[in-house]
Amino acid sequence: MTDAADGSRPAPGSAVEATHMGDPDDRGRFGDFGGRFVPESLVPACQELEAAFRAAWSDDAFHTELDDRLRTYAGRPSPVTEAENLSRRLGVRVLLKREDLNHTGSHKINNVIGQALLTRHMGKKRLIAETGAGQHGVAAATAAALFDLDCVVYMGEVDVERQALNVFRMELLGAEVRPVSSGSRTLKDAINEAMRDWVASVETTHYCIGSVMGPHPYPWMVRELQRVIGDEARVQSKELLDGGDPDLVVACVGGGSNAAGIFAGFAEGPARLVGVQPDGGAAIGRGLPGVVHGSASLLLQDEHGQVSEAHSVSAGLDYPGVGPEHAHLAATGRAEYVTVTDAEVLDAFELLSRSEGIIPALEPAHAIAWVAREAGGAIPTGATVLVNLSGRGDKDAEQVMRIRKGTR
Amino acid sequence: MTPTTQVGPLEASLRARRDAGHKLLAPYVTGGLTDDWTEVLRAVAAAGADAIEVGIPFSDPVMDGPTIQEASATALARGVTPPSILHDLTGVDAGVPLVAMTYYNLAYRMGELRFARSLAAAGVAGAILPDLPLDESAGWEAEAAAAGIETVLLAAPVTSDDRLGEIAARSRGFVYGVSLMGITGERAEVASSAAVMAKRLKAVTDKPVLIGFGVSTPRQAVEVCAEADGVIVASALIRTLLAGGGPEAAADFVGGLREALDRG
Repeated sequence: MTDAADGSRPAPGSAVEATHMGDPDDRGRFGDFGGRFVPESLVPACQELEAAFRAAWSDDAFHTELDDRLRTYAGRPSPVTEAENLSRRLGVRVLLKREDLNHTGSHKINNVIGQALLTRHMGKKRLIAETGAGQHGVAAATAAALFDLDCVVYMGEVDVERQALNVFRMELLGAEVRPVSSGSRTLKDAINEAMRDWVASVETTHYCIGSVMGPHPYPWMVRELQRVIGDEARVQSKELLDGGDPDLVVACVGGGSNAAGIFAGFAEGPARLVGVQPDGGAAIGRGLPGVVHGSASLLLQDEHGQVSEAHSVSAGLDYPGVGPEHAHLAATGRAEYVTVTDAEVLDAFELLSRSEGIIPALEPAHAIAWVAREAGGAIPTGATVLVNLSGRGDKDAEQVMRIRKGTR
Repeated sequence: MTPTTQVGPLEASLRARRDAGHKLLAPYVTGGLTDDWTEVLRAVAAAGADAIEVGIPFSDPVMDGPTIQEASATALARGVTPPSILHDLTGVDAGVPLVAMTYYNLAYRMGELRFARSLAAAGVAGAILPDLPLDESAGWEAEAAAAGIETVLLAAPVTSDDRLGEIAARSRGFVYGVSLMGITGERAEVASSAAVMAKRLKAVTDKPVLIGFGVSTPRQAVEVCAEADGVIVASALIRTLLAGGGPEAAADFVGGLREALDRG
């Protein structure tokens, strides 16, 4: 355990940052992963964004404004809840970092408020975003309304159907939702369309990427905007654990922004870091090194490099890639990446609902599912487990209802 | 002006045509789109193409608009792969240089040197990888050069003067000027940025400067060639092929462009 990691923000370039989850190198690489693989048309925008982010991140006034918005608008800090009933049942001590209590219902708001502020700093008036489950789309539409920005959200047709309520919420917030009918009609294709829009509108538009993916500086910037989760949770854990850290920190991983955020608070400590992927989208484990959507990472693909379609009950994790820093954390062994099945996720969705009165989003239900399966196994009996409950399940209730009734 | 470098066959061929007073025409054909796709290459060459871009389809072509995206998806659904396309190409002597156009992951997956050697073995002279910008392409450029493949780099309207100079210096074969901020696809009018792009590139390099994106009609091709050495035409030709047109229809279309460019 290090005294430095007390929840305060490490200085850029400090020893703490330079180790497990430090700054990427000058080409935006985390080890072998990351970089900036974008068309020449987008290179200046990435450079401009990197400069704006670097300036903002070292500017106390920016942090003051961001922290103020997160506190008074998003509802931070989010609490850590002792899941007493679940703990009794599983024989491990489960703590839940309650990102589900944030405004708009997930951790996504942390990232979009930061990026919307940067959009304003760059003098741009239009925000575009992609969304799978709709959580990032709703958050982006919310931030756009708050900061008076035009907003277009790209969403695969399959997800438009799965997440009809979130589509309506985005429209209610003043965003235009553009269904994407190409490819697998899910998150991957929504990202392609957003990138096409961005190429054509880059001088007036900021692309608000929703996870720790895309070209440099996005994976780094989004992780830094999400590290508030880990910084808070570290302090909160110490209060609950007599100054210690949890034995495990567990979070779901699609692109991986909530996991990157909570891992960032614990990467220099002793806790085991575990990322839980959907069985049908396990880029770490089943993926191969590849380059798509702006960075080098691990990617589900065929032998020739054509990107495969991921499959998950959770639209938010239905993505064949993973953020490059996660690929790096896996390569260095600092974090473990595991998988759970859709069936286990649906069971966990009910388990948490009934044991704690908390309906989780299907995404963090992955993390709960792994904990439920491995308590007493990969997780020793009596261990303390901090789970990032990255979002609430209201958006998924109807879909789960339909699955339970066997109508789809 | 750019430093003196070794001129490859693609550049030599395009320079010779240009220096003889011709405007350069480089149509794009999606590899594996139809059974007779290599016949399309021959027909297009016979109709007056100076080089042909051969698209190797990728599942996620983010720089391409709906037409080329559809063609890529159609070809992939037919089961084509990079090796099958290169196999088809082997022995096709179209009589003009072929330039592969694809996305970087296909080269990365196969291994850069192996991919470059496969292109060369299939008779391809150059390569265009639009998602591999200057800052990431040095490794590929070296492997490609070692295999005898000329890497064509793209310049965009928002590219700074400094970068433009470096792109022109490092590009091989020709320099690909992107006419507008956007993706491939037909447009009703040529963007005013096309002429600016061509002028800026011509000011920093003696290499052939070809302009692409949104050039669809003979009139537009002539307009762009007022400043540029040549044009790349993709979506309009692919639309003809997707509509069921075969080698003859492709030749008619390219012949129309050729005639207009020669008339000036």
